[in-house]
Amino acid sequence: MKGLLIEGGRLVDPSQSIDRTAGLLIVDGVVAAIDPPAESLPGDLQRIDARGCIVAPGLVDLATELREPGREEDEMIETGVAAAVAGGYTSILCAANTDPPIDSPGTVELVRQKAAAANRARVYVIGCVSKGRNGETMAELGLLSEAGAVAFSDSPRPLPNSALLRRALDYCRMFNRPIFDRPGVPELSHGGVMHEGRVSLVLGLSGLPTEAEDLAVARDVRLAEATGGRLHVGPVSTMGAIDMLRRVKSRGVAVTASACPHNLALHLGLTDESLRWFDARYKVHPPLRSQRHIETLRDSIVDGTIDALQSGHMPRADEKKMDDLDSSPFGQSSLETSLAVAITELVHTGLIDWLTLVRRMSTAPAEIAGIPAGSLKNGAAGDVVIIDPAKRWTVDPTLFASHCRSTPLAGVDLYGKVRTTIVGGDVKFEDSLSEAVAHSPLETPAPCW
Amino acid sequence: MFDPFIVSGFSILAQVRTSVNNDAIVSATPSSPAVTAAPPAVAWERRHLLELESLSAEEIRTLLDLSLWMKRATDGCRKKMPLLVGKTCANLFFENSTRTRNSFSLAAKRLGADTVEFSSSGSSVAKGETFVDTAKTIEAMGVDWVVTRHRTPGTPHLLARELGCSVLNAGDGPHEHPTQGLLDMLTILEHRGQIEGLTVALVGDIEHSRTARSNLWGLRKLGARVIVCGPATLVSRRWTELGVEVAHDLDAILPECDVLNLLRIQFERQSTPPFPSIHEYALRYAMNGRRMRVARKDILIMAPGPINRGVEITPEVADGPQSVILDQVTNGIAVRMAALWLLAQGAEQGRGR
Repeated sequence: MKGLLIEGGRLVDPSQSIDRTAGLLIVDGVVAAIDPPAESLPGDLQRIDARGCIVAPGLVDLATELREPGREEDEMIETGVAAAVAGGYTSILCAANTDPPIDSPGTVELVRQKAAAANRARVYVIGCVSKGRNGETMAELGLLSEAGAVAFSDSPRPLPNSALLRRALDYCRMFNRPIFDRPGVPELSHGGVMHEGRVSLVLGLSGLPTEAEDLAVARDVRLAEATGGRLHVGPVSTMGAIDMLRRVKSRGVAVTASACPHNLALHLGLTDESLRWFDARYKVHPPLRSQRHIETLRDSIVDGTIDALQSGHMPRADEKKMDDLDSSPFGQSSLETSLAVAITELVHTGLIDWLTLVRRMSTAPAEIAGIPAGSLKNGAAGDVVIIDPAKRWTVDPTLFASHCRSTPLAGVDLYGKVRTTIVGGDVKFEDSLSEAVAHSPLETPAPCW
Repeated sequence: MFDPFIVSGFSILAQVRTSVNNDAIVSATPSSPAVTAAPPAVAWERRHLLELESLSAEEIRTLLDLSLWMKRATDGCRKKMPLLVGKTCANLFFENSTRTRNSFSLAAKRLGADTVEFSSSGSSVAKGETFVDTAKTIEAMGVDWVVTRHRTPGTPHLLARELGCSVLNAGDGPHEHPTQGLLDMLTILEHRGQIEGLTVALVGDIEHSRTARSNLWGLRKLGARVIVCGPATLVSRRWTELGVEVAHDLDAILPECDVLNLLRIQFERQSTPPFPSIHEYALRYAMNGRRMRVARKDILIMAPGPINRGVEITPEVADGPQSVILDQVTNGIAVRMAALWLLAQGAEQGRGR
């Protein structure tokens, strides 16, 4: 028996409503006990001093673009999973926009094998809804499901064909797998590079109108209600989308939704005004919207209209992001910053507590994806993130584990840093910069929240 | 304190209203091929001319004052004046242009500078090079200004960050075309003596017009009333948030206008037609003889060109007595001479922005 004891930390587990100082024992890769008695500790025991830190179930990302196979210039499975554990994620769902896309059992298997060889975060696979992500004909959802696909999505492409979405929602009820739609109406956002509004008008840049997202969400939730299929919409970024979700959720329609931390970053100044720099680092998706949309989105994280936060990791090679705003693709490297952005914007400002943050970034996404994660109950996987909540650090993309260095946050100061990431009881990431923290006294002054 | 209206003892208004003041300048070199007068000393710090939105009213007045001086000193932009000998101006046009490119070339040559021409067709861009790399290559050949035109907004800003030399925006997609805005204002100034208090209507494809986006900032900063007029699909309601009036009925606003600036419909920037037919557009928005009779007698008719006769303007208006379209072309050279010279001063001061 091999054991790992995480001592002295503030244990935050929404699945058990626990938020208190406690020890966590993991034995043979599985959670064995909270506050274990000394006599029950195994002989072969590694101890981690987590005083002053948050100890939570590892984060779960609902869509990480790993880009391998076919787009290795953007990201590889090996670099993507390294970035995941550096960002506190212990389970990620690999998006289907590889080349070829993940629309066959063989591609699912390829990703699973490469991820197993990389041996960092757990990688679950999202299969395509449509063959070749063509948006018209259904992929072999049954075979993909048997091969291990846990959800289906054509993201980052939306599903503009309503008949296809309706059929797929119906069909997926047989496998109890969810469909993820990134809501959009392509003909309304054709050629758009930024949020459509006063700023896009002044800059002469093509806009992405909010109606394109609003209309798709309205259709999506109606089809979910009509079919009884499992539907998740996200990431969403508009007031109209939130309004629609609030209404149907109050009627009890079983639909879930997610948002990205970069769309909540009002204090960090990530709004459509950022595009005034004409820098493609700010060309991200969903686009940086105007203040009132951001404020509404922040409120919806608090009230639960938004169930989950997702990283929004869309890595694209440097040479692609160096071009002008029309030619450069949407994208950013965000696995290693999304948790800190959420802490800085939501927890540090007092908008939500730690339980809610961990629920939105771990417990809820695990439930939506239907994967065994997001909990530290006895017998659950020993997947843990240890966070230094008060640590202030400056984003330096040259230190990213991700192959992609493009981020709208370069040089920005954030609060909260991942100290240790543990998957199946094994330490997969340790922050080299935080070693001094481990020796700090127990009486760490309470942070301002 | 720098007085916006008086640049080293001469003022726009005095010069335009009475041409007495500048007789000395012009008559000093009546027959020589090259003029040797020195421009007035000015306060100028910028190294780049990217947009009018971020310029102050004072800076715009300085540019206009100096443009007028350049025009007078070169006998209507026809004579050489060796103010910038030994310097080199590169034209980097990633989008087609005849008038703007030639205007910048002539302006540089009038001031004694050398010019390098670059166009994207058949060049390294066609071989896959990014436009930033192309610009850096041209800069490494030793140029002092890069004049750039590109289909994407913000590309001059990108070059200004990447290059060490001065960057002049000669049109970045639908965003801005600052020298066009300045030459339009100079033309109004010459004919009216002032901009403050005038009502100027920009008519046509506002959505895709860099001319509109430069004009409206410049005109507003100098105190004009600006109306943007065109089909609702090309004139957003949001323009009112920027201190501009929005109109869709040309006939309704026409009697109030001192100046009409007729903008071309930019079909090449539209994925789907913004109105049912050119026929319908022309009936609603073309400036023709009938509308001229409704307009003020002294109305100024301007167009940035190229003009589409029969669409936004009919021949009798384009070639009529109120048209100042060809004055605009001449003034373009004056404005570009002033811009090149000012940016050279900004670069020399070494604290350029």
